[in-house]
Amino acid sequence: MIWVDTIIQGVLLGGLYALFAAGLSLVFGIMRLVNLAHGDLIVFAAYLILLLVSLLGLSPFVAAVIAAPIMFGVGWALQRHVLNRVLGPDILPPLLVTFGLSVVLQNALLEGFSADSQRLSSGEITTASVQMLGLNLGVLPLLTFASAILVIVGLNQLFYRTELGRAFRATSDDAVTAGLMGIRPERIFATATAIAMLVVTLAALYLGMRANFDPNIGPARLIYAFEAVIIGGLGSLWGTLAGGIIIGVAQTVGAAINPEWQILAGHLAFLIVLLIKPRGLFPRAVD
Amino acid sequence: MSLLETHSLTAHYGDFQALFGVDIRLEQGETVAIIGANGAGKSTLMRSISGVLKNGSDQVRFDGRPIGDLTADEIMARGVAMVPEGRRLFPSLSVEENLQIGTYGRKVQGHWSLETIYDMFPILKERRNHPGTALSGGQQQMVAIGRALMSNPRVLLCDEISLGLAPVVIKDIYAAVPQIQDAGASLIVVEQDIGQALKVSDRVYCMMEGRVTLEGPADTLSREAIHDAYFGGAAA
Repeated sequence: MIWVDTIIQGVLLGGLYALFAAGLSLVFGIMRLVNLAHGDLIVFAAYLILLLVSLLGLSPFVAAVIAAPIMFGVGWALQRHVLNRVLGPDILPPLLVTFGLSVVLQNALLEGFSADSQRLSSGEITTASVQMLGLNLGVLPLLTFASAILVIVGLNQLFYRTELGRAFRATSDDAVTAGLMGIRPERIFATATAIAMLVVTLAALYLGMRANFDPNIGPARLIYAFEAVIIGGLGSLWGTLAGGIIIGVAQTVGAAINPEWQILAGHLAFLIVLLIKPRGLFPRAVD
Repeated sequence: MSLLETHSLTAHYGDFQALFGVDIRLEQGETVAIIGANGAGKSTLMRSISGVLKNGSDQVRFDGRPIGDLTADEIMARGVAMVPEGRRLFPSLSVEENLQIGTYGRKVQGHWSLETIYDMFPILKERRNHPGTALSGGQQQMVAIGRALMSNPRVLLCDEISLGLAPVVIKDIYAAVPQIQDAGASLIVVEQDIGQALKVSDRVYCMMEGRVTLEGPADTLSREAIHDAYFGGAAA
C-alpha cells in the first residue's frame, strides 16, 4: 500500500512538472524557440505573487489572478520587442538571448528579494488532505494536478478548436506562407508567449505554495520542464503531461528507496526513455 | 489608372539581382499571364508583389496607392492574395482548416466562402477532414486556390499552378479560372506552359533574365515573337 501511495504522490507531483513544461512546450511548438529563461520566469512570477500577497494582504490565489495579466503583458512585450528580433534560421541567437535573460532575472531577483528562501503561505490548504480510495491525499497536490489537466485540455481546445489555434499551427508549419494568408507571424509569436506566461503564473502559484523558492531555483525547474517535454515528444501537450508524471513518479519512488536518490531518479528515468524512444513517447511532428 | 502596377521594380537575393526594372500593369477585370523560362524572374516578381520580398514603396502600386514596402499580411488585407508556387499547404491543418485560414482575423464579404469553394471543387468537401497534404497534387492545388480565394481578393496571383500536375488535372484546375474571373477577381497567372497561358489570359508578358522582353494581347502575339522573347533568339 505504501507503494501505491508513493506512486500516486509521484503522479500528482507530475502535474506540477507538467505545468512547468506546458508553457515551454507551447512556445517551442509554435516558434521552435527554446526559452532557457523559462524556469526563471516561473520564479519571477512566484516573486510577483509574493509581492502582491505581502503588499496587499491577498491570498495567493487572488494574487495569482492579478499577476496573470501582468505576466501576459510581460510575455507579449518580451516576445515582441526582444525575442522576435533574434528568431531566424540560426537557432543560436535566441538561445544566447534567453540564457542572458535567465542570468539577468536571477540577479535582479537576488538584488530585489535577497537570497532568503520564500514561500507563499495559503493557510490551511497547504496541509489539508482528503481521504480517497483508502489513501490520504493532499488537497494542494490534487489541485495542482487538476489544474495541469485543465491547462492541457484548455491549450488543446485552443489549438484545435479556435481560429487562433489554426493560426498557431499554420505559423508553426510555415511562417512565410502564413504571412501570405494574412497572418502576422510576429503577433502570433507574441500571443503564444503571452499565453505561455499565463501558464507560468499558474505554475508559479503551485510552486510557491508547495515548497520554498529562492532566486536561484529557476534553472532546475527548466530542466524538469525540458525533460517532461522531451519524454512526451515534441509538440504533444498530453505527452508533456505524461512526461511530467514519469519524472514525478521516478522522483518519489527514488526518494522512497533513498531520499538522496530523488532528483537522480528523475533524470535517470529521462535517460531511459530517451534510450528506448529517442523521439519521445508521443512525437507529433517529423521535423 | 491600373488596378495593380509595378514601376521599375528591382529585386535582390543578397548580392544577386533577380529583377531589373520590371514594369507591368493589371487592369480591373483583366487576366494577365507571365511566361518565361526557369530563372526568368517570374516567381520573384510574384514574391515582390505579394510582399514576401520588400521593395521601394512606389515600385508596386495597388488601387493607386503605393504598397511596395508593406508586409505580406498587409498586402493580403488590402485585397491581393497569392497561390504560392508549390502550393505550400499547412501540413498540420485539415483541408477545411487550410481553407479557413484564408479569412484569419477578418470578416470578409463576397462571393467566395467555404460553400462556394466546395461547389467549385466538390472533391474537397468529401476530403474536408483529411490533412491537406494527404491529397493528390491536383487536389492540393485546389485547396491552395480555394485558400487564397477565401479572402475574396480583388487580385489573385497564381504562381505556376500547373507545375508538376498531369495534363488532365491541369485542365480541371484551369476550368475554375472563368468562375474566378466571373466572381470579380483580376488575375496574374505565372505559367511555363505557353499554350495554357495564351488560352487563359487577355494579355501576356514574357520575361527573360529579370526583364520583360515582350508584352501584348494574348490573341495577337505570334509564336515566333514569343519564342524569341522566351529564349532570346532574335535579340541574342
